[in-house]
Amino acid sequence: MSEEKYLLEVEHLKQYFPVSQGFKKIPLKAVDDVSFAIRPGETLGLVGESGCGKTTVGRTLLRLYQPTAGRIVFDGDVLFDSDKGIDVDMLPYRKKMQMVFQDPYSSLNPRMTVEDIIGEPLDVHKLYSTKQERRDKILELMELVGLNAEHAMRYAHEFSGGQRQRIGIARALAVNPKFIVCDEPVSALDVSIQAQVVNMFEELQEKLGVAYLFIAHDLLVVHHISDRIAVMYLGHLMEIADADDLNDNPLHPYTLSLLSAVPIPDPKTARLSKRIILEGDVPSPLKMPTGCPFRTRCNYATDKCAEKMPELSDRGNGHYVACWNR
Amino acid sequence: MEAQNNEVLKRRQLLSSQIDLSKFNKDIFEKATDDEKRQQDVMGESTTFFKDGMRRLRKNPLAMGSIVVLVLILLTIIIAPMFCPYSYSQITNVGGRRDKSAANLGPMEYSQLETQYMEETGEKLFPHLLGTDSLGRDYFIRVIYGTRVSLSVGVVAAVMVLIIGLLYGSIAGYFGGTVDLIMMRIVDIIYSLPDMLIIILLSVVLNETLTPLLAGTALAKLGTNMISMFIVFALLYWVGMARLIRGQILTIKNNEYVLAARAIGTKDGRILRKHILPNCLSVIIITTALQVPSAIFTESYLSFLGLGVSAPLTSLGSLANDARGAMQSYPHRLVVPAIIICLIVLALNLLGDGLRDAFDSKLK
Repeated sequence: MSEEKYLLEVEHLKQYFPVSQGFKKIPLKAVDDVSFAIRPGETLGLVGESGCGKTTVGRTLLRLYQPTAGRIVFDGDVLFDSDKGIDVDMLPYRKKMQMVFQDPYSSLNPRMTVEDIIGEPLDVHKLYSTKQERRDKILELMELVGLNAEHAMRYAHEFSGGQRQRIGIARALAVNPKFIVCDEPVSALDVSIQAQVVNMFEELQEKLGVAYLFIAHDLLVVHHISDRIAVMYLGHLMEIADADDLNDNPLHPYTLSLLSAVPIPDPKTARLSKRIILEGDVPSPLKMPTGCPFRTRCNYATDKCAEKMPELSDRGNGHYVACWNR
Repeated sequence: MEAQNNEVLKRRQLLSSQIDLSKFNKDIFEKATDDEKRQQDVMGESTTFFKDGMRRLRKNPLAMGSIVVLVLILLTIIIAPMFCPYSYSQITNVGGRRDKSAANLGPMEYSQLETQYMEETGEKLFPHLLGTDSLGRDYFIRVIYGTRVSLSVGVVAAVMVLIIGLLYGSIAGYFGGTVDLIMMRIVDIIYSLPDMLIIILLSVVLNETLTPLLAGTALAKLGTNMISMFIVFALLYWVGMARLIRGQILTIKNNEYVLAARAIGTKDGRILRKHILPNCLSVIIITTALQVPSAIFTESYLSFLGLGVSAPLTSLGSLANDARGAMQSYPHRLVVPAIIICLIVLALNLLGDGLRDAFDSKLK
């Protein structure tokens, strides 16, 4: 890509999980050859259907999983490079990269008070010198995410889903990170709370200049919050473009069908629009089709698709698509 | 916008339960004060996991009854030896003279010598609450000491099982993979040994090896039998606890909050201490509580078989064994220790059940 300064660069990232079938171990290709980059203070939306490897990408980036291959560069430092055998100790980088989890119910320890949950990153990275300083920082964070300071001594199960997600966000913000992986942070919340939380993510970005990798499957939410959107299918990146560009001018057949599935609020327009309904099921990631993984369900598929996976190619304006035919 | 809304509301559907706002006068409504708003705050009093569990435990009459019984037994075995003038190992003395007539007394009876002594001096002697045994030792104090031994065997065994099982199980569960595989196969091997046979063999062997080792130390007072029993429990019974804790940790470590802690950079030890173990605490408490009666039980029948504590120290099991011979003449000597074993085991089992109901979050 260009010479621009990126906060995070991911090149040819692969994450295979060994799955044993009888005595054989075959790799499950959860993420296969994914490359993208995120600028400081930018939001990259990552969409795709369930099981396509979005979450795995997020977790592999934070090195919660050991990547199979590829290269991860964060803020100019190479965190992982399978070719050169670079594999750094992540502890100092945990302060700069954080994660917000999908399920606000299981991502908070039920035996800890809110104060201890938010205070844990402070404890681990020793970010305070006195008890008072720790407490002040926690209260400041709680205020930042719109939680009442009186609730610091309460347990997570006493809060609603939206409040719990705020606790999770406060925990991620405690170390003052430059980059946060938001792993479907709003999909477990109901719609009115989703809007609050999404708006809060935007406000925090304005205030703190933090960059997001925003994983979701709701295209409307992603379009709202993202500067750019990447579309994944079966562990492969299919299309990546500016949010508006992708919305108005989708190129990849899979993106087209995803966008056509977005519900339209106005029934009149909805009746006129034509849904592209994909045939068949998603192939098993254990038995990937040759070439392009989408070819089995694609209306445009040709023989060429079965031979080789297309590379992401530039269609101008930073719009990259991996398709032979479009 | 508001006017429009009212318009719409008037044309409400026939069966709609929507309130027709046009029927109300705005003036009859008043604004809620801050105080009233606070009343709408739905958050209850903050409770901790422990408080919550104790509240539920208090509501369980069986568990509370068990606690009362156990506390009574504990108080008795602590206080009784303080005012009871007899000793568990001494044959009854009257005025410095060994009282040969004091053997095999019934409850609350005095021997000839004692009656004589009381008539002569006018002094009132402490009664033999449960009579005396065949050697003329006060049976009440022997039961008290027997209970002390049985309970401490139970508690010490449970604590040792807990410590070993907890360490072993959490290492196997947390690190998983090959470590887990090897550690659990060792557990399987120990599990597959016939435990009664091993206990009997070990207590015989340990008895001989320990006697010279312990001679002269403070532990010698406890008796080698007792110590070999502790070792036997520690060697054999931790496997169940280790398996259980490993299973718990395997499920808990897949929770997202553990992943979150890892994303923060928390070290393994801290994750285990702060995130995983507190979440299997309920299971640990319950199993430990249930381990005590099973250890008391094993101790009792080992003593009954003659492998328990060495004379003159006694335990509830060996008391019952001794009383077996004279069962028809002096049935109370068998009944009393048997009832106390039953009471302790039953109370601890019920308490363990109550603790499980109160602290196991899955049963809420």
